[in-house]
Amino acid sequence: MGRPLKFNIFRYNPEDPASVPHMESFHLEETDAMTLYIALNRIREEQDPTLMFDFMCRAGICGSCAMMINGRPDLACHTKTKALPAEINLMPLPVFKLIGDLSVDTGTWFRNMNERVRSYIHTDKVFDPNADEERMSNELADEIYELERCIECGCCVAACGKANMVPNFMGATAFNRVARFMMDPRDQRKTDDYFEIVATDDGIFGCLGLLGCEDVCPKDIPLQDQLGMLRRKMGWASVRHLFDKILPGGDAKKK
Amino acid sequence: MDTFYTDLLCVGAGLAGERVAVAAASQGFETICLSIVPPRRSHSSAAQGGMQASLGHCCMGEGDCPDVHFADTVKGSDWGCDQEVARMFAETAPIAVREMAFWGIPWNRVVAGKGTYYKGGKEYEKIEKKEKEGLITARDFGGTAKWRTCYTSDGTGHTLLFTMDNEVVRLGVTVHDRVEAIALIHDGETCMGVVARCLKTGKLRNYLAKATLIATGGYGRIYRETTNAVINDGSGAIIALDTGIVPIGNPEAVQFHPTGIVPTNILVTEGCRGDGGTLKDVNGERFMHIYEPGKQELASRDVVSRWMTHHIRLGKGVPSPYGPHLWLDIRHLGEKHIKTKLREVEEICNEFLGVDPITQMIPVRPAQHYSMGGVRTNKDGAAYGLKGLFSAGEAACWDMHGFNRLGGNSLAETIVAGKIVGEKIAEFLQGYEVDFKTAVVKDAVKKQEERIDRIIKGADGKENVYEVRNAMQDQLMDYVGIFRNGEDLKKAVDNLQVIYERSQKVGLRSYSLGANPELALALKIRGMVRMALCVAYAALQRTESRGAHAREDYPERNDRDWLKRTLATWKEGDSLPTLEYEKPSKVWEIPPGERGYGVAKIICTEDPEVCGEKKPETN
Repeated sequence: MGRPLKFNIFRYNPEDPASVPHMESFHLEETDAMTLYIALNRIREEQDPTLMFDFMCRAGICGSCAMMINGRPDLACHTKTKALPAEINLMPLPVFKLIGDLSVDTGTWFRNMNERVRSYIHTDKVFDPNADEERMSNELADEIYELERCIECGCCVAACGKANMVPNFMGATAFNRVARFMMDPRDQRKTDDYFEIVATDDGIFGCLGLLGCEDVCPKDIPLQDQLGMLRRKMGWASVRHLFDKILPGGDAKKK
Repeated sequence: MDTFYTDLLCVGAGLAGERVAVAAASQGFETICLSIVPPRRSHSSAAQGGMQASLGHCCMGEGDCPDVHFADTVKGSDWGCDQEVARMFAETAPIAVREMAFWGIPWNRVVAGKGTYYKGGKEYEKIEKKEKEGLITARDFGGTAKWRTCYTSDGTGHTLLFTMDNEVVRLGVTVHDRVEAIALIHDGETCMGVVARCLKTGKLRNYLAKATLIATGGYGRIYRETTNAVINDGSGAIIALDTGIVPIGNPEAVQFHPTGIVPTNILVTEGCRGDGGTLKDVNGERFMHIYEPGKQELASRDVVSRWMTHHIRLGKGVPSPYGPHLWLDIRHLGEKHIKTKLREVEEICNEFLGVDPITQMIPVRPAQHYSMGGVRTNKDGAAYGLKGLFSAGEAACWDMHGFNRLGGNSLAETIVAGKIVGEKIAEFLQGYEVDFKTAVVKDAVKKQEERIDRIIKGADGKENVYEVRNAMQDQLMDYVGIFRNGEDLKKAVDNLQVIYERSQKVGLRSYSLGANPELALALKIRGMVRMALCVAYAALQRTESRGAHAREDYPERNDRDWLKRTLATWKEGDSLPTLEYEKPSKVWEIPPGERGYGVAKIICTEDPEVCGEKKPETN
């Protein structure tokens, strides 16, 4: 006989004029190796077929199922009930637009983010199908991959004090993306180009340094390092012209 | 009702769908992608191991070329593939990989000098050449003569999908996420787009397009135990089948992957075995070298899955509350290798199993993994039966996989087919105009509105959609699995026909405005059971063993009678699919022969068109 679990789940359907935001409780008996993926699907199939939530890969790879689990953003699919108390509170991620219950619209938010940071290689080269690829050290490929691992789940945004107060704040996921392209020699953008994108109050200079992002990233991406690096580079870029005046041959033109 | 007009409509925005969109958009055609999830969450992201392309840069891939890749693919398919398509694929794959590098994939690269690798649990040495340093490297995968699988750690699908979506963003391609196509709009000759349902609001919409692409992935979720994501329910194949005109090619060709973890069926990559991991039984002993002395753990997936099942049947499985399983052992690869090259595997084992693969063995068992079958197209990706309808990726039966797909060939297919089909669609669109017949559009919408209304009201019955789904999944799992036989298949077909009746009587248990997840499934369940019947019925008819289709009562590969592709259509009002057949290939560069792994008796064909003048080799 497993533990009796009580799930307090946020309910609200914005499409239904009669719906009012409230918490609703469901009960399940805990089974071996139960995850929130298993639990939520059982609740929907056995108790309330209208319950809205998102799962896709159910393997921690796609980033669909981020939600507030006892007050902390995390992926529901890899959260084992065993690691939680018998009473479990589930809320949708803040910041993102609510679709219903635990389901939020991360798609629109992230497409917007990708457009804002211009998340693609900028180059004036043209692909030559007959030539070998440009060489790269395996070490650098690994370093780029380290930052490329972001799954756009939204946990870092939900855990960000600034993003919760300022809707237009870019968030750690955007800074990480910029850092990824800055490191990539195939991208011909210069520091000044990145400066335009992130060196604002909605960008890196608006970061309060609370580092909730780093604490909750389910992929353990070193976000703190990227924030530090970006702030230092952008800070230097903003005062560099002063040094040019006193130091002839300063590096204003360099990347 | 909202109506959207576009040149190209891609239903599905995984790798194949987006690659097609990129091809059309970069030639200036207006393109809209529909996706039931944000595109970067598509199941392509879950492909870990890599993508095959015969670059031949790494020392273990030396001498590789499209010819060798082509031969491996044909053998892997057990001669069920279209050789013209497989040839085109093998030739294009190296270009596609380099193009992805140009767009930003951080492919792992050749590191010059001495290194070690593992095979069959033993350590060997290799030396990478200085002049190849920094070029794209490759790892070993099953059923290949060379190390050919290009990779980024074990997040290859993830990096490919993100990079592809970056291109979509760069080109400004419109993506409507959380929108599901529920019916094709057509007049029996020409496809004009789809009726779709918004999964944010529940409202219906029209998309009218000159060209419509189905790229919705596989239909693994008709099986109970599958590595597939929850969205891989064959929705694209279903709307094609619903036309009564467009056939599903080889629905019975279903692949089981050797290493789904027990009990959740999450996949751990073939890269584990490619990098030297071994399979072990209840006694902690290896067994694949007994059955397959040559390729051992790295025979093709169908062969390894069958031997694993066979070994479990001999009583050599490890007992568990979830039934017997085997072990995957990667401990000898060492912490550094596991933490860099097999990082997702480490994460999945720790987080979902509580097993540390650096010090412990991983419980595994074969699980449904891939649909070789799908919407039948010609080599340009154009679907049979309807002008203006195309398909690519796992959703399609293009058909380079025949009866078994090689590991690393599915990611490769999405990118390569996407590129080729995308360019063909752009050619098709050049100067093409279509009449959007308002009566046809109106009828299509009305039909869906009425269907939704009846399901909501329970006008046809009150069957519980989840119970119907579970019943269907059980039938396929129990009777249409890794080993098949006439008696079981007959049982499955009979039972599925009863379940098909039930699927037409589904009614909602509760009604809610908006997306309504129960309604989304209820709209699909009839089509899912139709797909299940296509799989089971086509498997029953195919009285031979070929690739992943293994009949215990017909163990030989019968080229004399069965060197053909199944084409399944569904006529409205019928309770079974209509099956027709065609020759799998027009070109026979490699006449049917032995694969070199797996034991199979072959009944030879003497068709001169297939084997030329020369008598085929046999065992």
